Amino acid sequence: MNEEYRYDYRTVEGYILSAIAWAVVGLVVGLLLSIQMFAPAFNFNAWTSFGRLRPVHTNILGFGLGVGAIFGLSFYITMRLAKRPLLFPRLARVQLWLFNIAILATLVTLAMGYTQTNEYAEMEWPIDIGIVVVWVMFAVNVVGTILVRREEQMYISLWYILSTVVGVAVLYIVNNLPIIAGPFKSYHLFAGVNSANVQWWYGHNVVGFVFTMPILAMFYYFLPKTTGLPIYSHRLSIIAFWSLVFGYLWTGAHHLVYTPLPDWIQTVGIVFTLFLIAPSWGSVVNGYFTIGEDWSKMRSNYLTKFFVLGITFYGLQTVQGPTQALRVVSQLIHFTDWVPGHVHMGTMGWVALTVTASIYYVVAKMYDTEIYSVKVANAHFWLVLVGQLIFSITMWITGIQQGAMWKATTAEGTLKYTFMEGLVKNYPYWHLRSLGGAIFIVGMLFFVFNVLMTIRKGRALEASPQPAVAAAA
Amino acid sequence: MAGEIYKKPIAFTVMVVLAVLAGSVVMMAYPMMRPDMHPKLEGLKPFTPLQLAGRDIYQREGCVGCHTQTVRPLKSEVMRYGDYSKAGEFYYDHPFLWGSKRTGPDLAREGGKRPDAWHREHFESPRKMVALSNMPAYPWLLAARVDPSATQAHLEALGLPFTPDQIADLGHRTELEALIAYVQQLGTAVPRIHAGVTVALDAVNPLLGDASAIARGQKIFADNCSVCHQDDLKGVPGAFPSLVEPDEFLSEKPDMADGAYFALISGGSDAKAAIGRKGDPGGGMTAFGNQLSKEEIWSVVAFIRSKQGRK
Repeated sequence: MNEEYRYDYRTVEGYILSAIAWAVVGLVVGLLLSIQMFAPAFNFNAWTSFGRLRPVHTNILGFGLGVGAIFGLSFYITMRLAKRPLLFPRLARVQLWLFNIAILATLVTLAMGYTQTNEYAEMEWPIDIGIVVVWVMFAVNVVGTILVRREEQMYISLWYILSTVVGVAVLYIVNNLPIIAGPFKSYHLFAGVNSANVQWWYGHNVVGFVFTMPILAMFYYFLPKTTGLPIYSHRLSIIAFWSLVFGYLWTGAHHLVYTPLPDWIQTVGIVFTLFLIAPSWGSVVNGYFTIGEDWSKMRSNYLTKFFVLGITFYGLQTVQGPTQALRVVSQLIHFTDWVPGHVHMGTMGWVALTVTASIYYVVAKMYDTEIYSVKVANAHFWLVLVGQLIFSITMWITGIQQGAMWKATTAEGTLKYTFMEGLVKNYPYWHLRSLGGAIFIVGMLFFVFNVLMTIRKGRALEASPQPAVAAAA
Repeated sequence: MAGEIYKKPIAFTVMVVLAVLAGSVVMMAYPMMRPDMHPKLEGLKPFTPLQLAGRDIYQREGCVGCHTQTVRPLKSEVMRYGDYSKAGEFYYDHPFLWGSKRTGPDLAREGGKRPDAWHREHFESPRKMVALSNMPAYPWLLAARVDPSATQAHLEALGLPFTPDQIADLGHRTELEALIAYVQQLGTAVPRIHAGVTVALDAVNPLLGDASAIARGQKIFADNCSVCHQDDLKGVPGAFPSLVEPDEFLSEKPDMADGAYFALISGGSDAKAAIGRKGDPGGGMTAFGNQLSKEEIWSVVAFIRSKQGRK
C-alpha cells in the first residue's frame, strides 16, 4: 500500500468488508422471505414473520450493502480524483463504526417491530438521528477533500458523488420528520394523501440517489479505469448529469397512480418519468460508445462484462420504469409481483454487478496486486446473472397474470376470478424465484470469497519485505 | 464559463441544490400548502383508543407489506372491494398505509365485511379459513395485552380524543381484539356500494332442483362459502349460522324465500334490512354480487335447498 494512503485505504477496506457482511445477512433474509411467500410455516415466530423481515431485507441491503459500499467507494474515488488522502481520515473511521452500529440497530429494531412503516424510511427516529450524523460526517469529508483537491477539474464521478450527498440529505430529513410518541415510536408528521405524496417523493428519489447517482459515479470512474478507454463524450455526460439531477425529483407520484392523490400531481409525475429516459440513456449510450472503441476488452479484461451488463440492465430498467408509470400499464401491473421483478433487475442487475466489479478493482488496486481468482470472478458473474434473470422474468410473467386475473370479467360483467384463484397461480413462479435467489446468493458467496482471499493475499504481500523489488531484480 | 463550474465545487453544489429543490418544491412542498392535500370526509371519525392500538399493531407487524389500503377507480377493483378510495378518508392516517404490494387482498373496504369471529379464527390460523392462503399466523397477538399507557401517549401525540374509561378498558383487551377493531373500521366513512346483481325478493329460483345446477352450486359453495358455513353447511355455533335446518336463522324462524337467499348472497349483510331480518349486529355476511353471476348465485341457492331437504 502507498504510505500516504495507507490509513484511508484501510478505512475504505473497512467499508467494503462491512458492506459484504451486510450483503450476506440481507440476501439470506431475502431468500427466507421468498420461501415464506409459498411456505407460511417458515414464519417461525414474531421476529421472523414476513411483515417484519421485509423491511429488514430492504434496509439491510439498501443501507448496509448499498450505502456501505457507496461510502467506501466514494471515499476511494474522491481520493483518486482529488489526488490526495481524505481531509479528515479519523472522522471517516468514526463514521465507519457509527454506520455499522446504525445498521445493526436497524436490523434488531425492525425485527422487534419498531417501524415508521414508510418504505426505505422504516427506521425509528433515534436511528434516524444516527443516520443523519453519519451522513453529515460523510458530507464533511467528501466536500472537504474536494475543496482542498490537487486536481483543478472535477471529473464526472465527483459530480455524482456531490449530488448524492445533497440529494439524500434533503430527502431523508424531510420524509423522516416525526411526531414523537415514545422512545421508539413516532408517526409521520404528514397525514393521508399528503403523507403519501411526501413518502413517494422520498421513496422514489432515495432509490435514485442511492441506487443511481453513486452507482453512476462508480461506472464513470471504474469503466475507464478497467478498460483504459476514455469516456466517449464529455458533453453527453454533462447533459445527462444535469437533466437527471433536475428531472428525478418530479417523478415520485408515479408510485401513486390511480390513488386519491390529486390528478395533476400524478400526471406531472408521469410526464417527468418519461422525460427521465433521456438522461438515463445518455449514460447508457455513453457507456456503450466507450466500450465500442474496443470490444475486445470484453475478452481481455474480466471486469468489462460486469460494467457492460450492468449498464445494460440500467438501460432496461430506465425504459421499463417509465413504461410502468403510464396509467394504462400501471393499472395492470401496479401492486403485482411485476414490481419486485422490476426492482430486482435494478438491484441484482445494475447495482450488484457495478458495485461488485468496482470492489474487485479497488481491493486489488489498494494492495497493488491482482484479484485472487479471475475464474471465481467469472463464476460469480454468470451465477448472479442467471439468478437475477430467473428472478425478474418469473416475476414479470406472474405479475402480468395476476393483474389480468384481477381485472378479468365474465360476459355478464361479474368478476371472473376470486382473489385466491389469482394468488394460487403465483405459487409455481414463487418457487422459481427462490431458485433464482439461491443461485444469486451462491454467486455472491463466490464474490465474498474472492474479495477475502484477495485481501489476504494483499496483506501477505505487505508483510513480506519488498517482494516487488526482488521480483524486478 | 460553463466549463468553469466543474472547477468550483461550492458553486457546483449550489447548482445541484437548486436543481434538486425545483422538483421538490413543485411536487412536494407546494401541494402541501393546498387544502386539497388535507381533505376530510364529513363521516370520518378519529381512531378510538382501541382502534389506534390496533393500527399500531398493524404497523408493527408490517401488514402493509402485503395488503394495500386503496381501491383504485377501476371497474374491476370497485366490484371486488367496494367504492374507490376517497382522499378525505385518510385525514387521521399518520402515515398513510396504502401500501405498494397486494400479495393479499386490499383492505381499504374491509370494515364490516366479515364478522369478528372470522378475523379471530383467521389471524390465529389463516389456513383454517382459507386453505391455500400464504398469510402468516399471528398466535402471539392472542396472548399479548394492549399497553394502555403507551396507547395514551400515542393518542396524545396525535391529538386524538379519548376518555379515561376508554384507556382503562384497554388493559382488558388483547392485541388481537385491538387489531380486529382497527380492521373493522377500515373504509367505513364511505357508504358501502351495494352489490351488482339483484332480483325481486319474491323471485322463484329458476334452477330449483336442477341436478347440474346443484352440482355447480356445490363447487361454488366449496370455493366461497364453506370457509365460514363449513362443508356440511352447519356453520360454527356463535359465529357462522348453520344453513341446514337451524332452530333460527338471522334471529327468526328459518324458512326464507329463495329471493331472500339470493339477496343475502348477493348483497351480504347489507341486504338484511331489505329482507326484514335483524341477525347478529356484529355479524358480517360477505357480499358476492360482484363475484358471482346471477346463474351462479341461483345455483348456490339450489344447492343449499337440496341440503335442506326441500324441493
